[in-house]
Amino acid sequence: MCLGVPGKVLTTYHEHDLLMGKVDFGGVVKQVCLAHTPEVQPGQYVVVHVGFSLQVIDEAEAQAVFQFLENMQELDELDRPDDVADAGGNGSVPSP
Amino acid sequence: MKYQDEYRDPAAARKLQQAIRQATTRPWTIMEVCGGQTHTIVKYGIDELLPPEIELVHGPGCPVCVTPLEVIDRALEIATRPDVIFCSFGDMLRVPGSQGDLFSVKAAGGDVRIVYSPLDCLKIAADHPDRTVVFFAVGFETTAPANAMAVWQAQRRGIVNFAVLVSHSLVPPAIAAIMASPQNRVRGFLAAGHVCAVMGYEAYEPLAQQFQVPIVVTGFEPLDLLEGILRCVRMLEAGRCGVDNQYARVVRRQGNTAAIDLVKQVFEVTDRKWRGIGTIAASGLRLSEAFRHYDAEVRFPVSRHDAREPDTCISGLILQGVKKPWQCPAFGTNCTPEHPLGATMVSSEGACAAYYHYGRHREVANMPAR
Amino acid sequence: MNSPQDEQPVIALVHCPVPLSNQQHVLLGHGSGGKMSAELIRGMFLPELGNDILNALEDQATFELAHLGLETTGQGAAAAFPPGARLAFTTDAYVVKPLFFPGGDIGKLAVHGTVNDLAVGGARPLYLSAAFILEEGLPLELLRRIVGSMREACEAAGVQLVAGDTKVVDRGKGDQVFITTSGIGLVPPGRNLSIARAQPGDRILVSGTIGDHGMTIMSLREGLEFETSLQSDTAPLHDLAEQMLTACPNIRCMRDPTRGGVASALNELAEAARVGIKIDEAQLPVRDEVRAACELLGLDPLYVANEGKLIAVVPAADAERLLAVVRSHPLGRDARLLGEVVDDHPGMVVMRSLVGGQRVVSMLAGEQLPRIC
Repeated sequence: MCLGVPGKVLTTYHEHDLLMGKVDFGGVVKQVCLAHTPEVQPGQYVVVHVGFSLQVIDEAEAQAVFQFLENMQELDELDRPDDVADAGGNGSVPSP
Repeated sequence: MKYQDEYRDPAAARKLQQAIRQATTRPWTIMEVCGGQTHTIVKYGIDELLPPEIELVHGPGCPVCVTPLEVIDRALEIATRPDVIFCSFGDMLRVPGSQGDLFSVKAAGGDVRIVYSPLDCLKIAADHPDRTVVFFAVGFETTAPANAMAVWQAQRRGIVNFAVLVSHSLVPPAIAAIMASPQNRVRGFLAAGHVCAVMGYEAYEPLAQQFQVPIVVTGFEPLDLLEGILRCVRMLEAGRCGVDNQYARVVRRQGNTAAIDLVKQVFEVTDRKWRGIGTIAASGLRLSEAFRHYDAEVRFPVSRHDAREPDTCISGLILQGVKKPWQCPAFGTNCTPEHPLGATMVSSEGACAAYYHYGRHREVANMPAR
Repeated sequence: MNSPQDEQPVIALVHCPVPLSNQQHVLLGHGSGGKMSAELIRGMFLPELGNDILNALEDQATFELAHLGLETTGQGAAAAFPPGARLAFTTDAYVVKPLFFPGGDIGKLAVHGTVNDLAVGGARPLYLSAAFILEEGLPLELLRRIVGSMREACEAAGVQLVAGDTKVVDRGKGDQVFITTSGIGLVPPGRNLSIARAQPGDRILVSGTIGDHGMTIMSLREGLEFETSLQSDTAPLHDLAEQMLTACPNIRCMRDPTRGGVASALNELAEAARVGIKIDEAQLPVRDEVRAACELLGLDPLYVANEGKLIAVVPAADAERLLAVVRSHPLGRDARLLGEVVDDHPGMVVMRSLVGGQRVVSMLAGEQLPRIC
């Protein structure tokens, strides 16, 4: 349930006394109600669901999984091509 | 996109996959509660990356799927009224009631519109003062703050030509119902990250103790799911129960207090029926007394009837993780996304629809059941 | 344009746009077949789209096969219709809201779409017809812009619009303007593209980023609006297709993945040739904005419409060379080889996901709907 998409808050403003913001989702900008994350500052990332921010993303915590992976020293030796092939790049094409 | 692309990294996925294989010594059945997670699992083929001992079963976390047939029927009835503009999230338009869906109401002349946000309905209401805008407020805890805000704003701004048809469900009572079922096979849970982003995860701690299971709050990207599964397997293998939080970049233990406060003002907890499962005590939300006049069912007289699900549909068993979609004789034959028989085929996020959409019905012949 | 009912001399007027009386909007009378229809034709359509065949205002367009534009063979220009050459004929209806969007408009779509349907069959597009269903009240200025846009598109594609018709429906009974175009092209001798020809081992090429058109339109859809610099990819593919076929006559088949997107085109291919298709998610060319907009609305770019892209199935030995040819063309810079034809799972398209799992890419059941979950 509950499609939530991370986006960067560009600006904030008020509409009908509600805290709103323009949020950038990888080049797509949409107006989002930020009333549930009143502390959010432009430049921070929020997770957005049906046009509302659910929560501000914690940058430090976001790195946790990658630190966790780095710490898996014993697994490094397994980091070689095996039955699980590498998928390569992600096919992204920047816009002109 | 930041916070998405890096969580789809193939090399990191491979490491997590190896770690899961290393951690697993015995068969474990794990339920991902949320349909969004089911979607990711099937879309990225994550179940194929797991060792054969791990079985994922797909839970009831799809608000579209579990909306009872009679509520859909009421939506169709209200949407047919010429004095109503009926607004809904896109997901609900194809969900069949006893007769037809919202698309068929639109085709017959009803004013049915897709909105992205519940707040959009207030704009439409302001633009059409002569008609009532009815919003189909479905969802789990994640969507409740947004829907609550629309109602709260309508009250504050004195918008009277707005109403909501509420079908809100709560996750913890559903987990309890699944665990209490004598047929239950689930040994660990991945809790829905975005539900917990709003509500926090305190409510899951007593559940984990009561049923002696690990519950891992998990996100929605491939790495999130793999890490959530790894954490769950490690707890299972170690014989530990309790709540762990994989999705800490978004989920805090106490949740989003601003959102929770608003939900508590606008809604109150009620018993509710889950399509395919039945009534679960204190598992839903309805408008609280102070906002009851925004209830579309109060505003418009609607017929009350108990709609009957087709006998052949086993969606209740699928929602509880007892059966897999392909174990249903109707799957892919009498029951398809175009002509769904029951809950789990109606939304793209339902387990049956996800399996169907990603072609699992065609793989069944070639693939041993896992 | 055809059968304007009255006998006025027209040729003299063709080069001098007649003011459309003082009307600002399309009236029912413009579809009456009478004076107002003729006025619309002479005042708007002929000045923009006119050519010798159209200007004749016959009930039908007639042309000699010798004019069909094949390069002359050993027999010289007298060769009318070389043995083995075939006619290609196609038709398509165009409905789009809004009529004008970043990167194009309904007029461009109506020309490009039909040109592309011919081009991906290996045909050189030659002549088009166009039928307009106009809603009463449509501003004539809008119509003029659309027709002007069609002229530009026809010129760019090297085709002539040689027949047409206009009808007007009551206000509220249409949606501004619908256009149907048909097209004729010539397939040179020896060219035989067919989706049934795909064989295991063949590679699949896509000529550029996918989903640009569909997500551009989605960004303007009422209630879902978002800001983006995305543009529709609408473009005529005749030149790209011709260069591909010249460089690599062994191309098995081509498709333009419009409605239903790349997923539907590949499924049709797998179904028709009774082969399996395997593609790699990592090789899908998707613009960041398209990817982001799809994430936001819960859509899959594989199912989103394209209006200026083609998919080609090519023998493996020619694949890299063809890719280089496509990439050297302005419309093919982002081309990729995204998969291959396989023996396994005939009739099915399977995609290897970014993280290494697999999934079946099936046909879309209905319209993709924005979802919350």
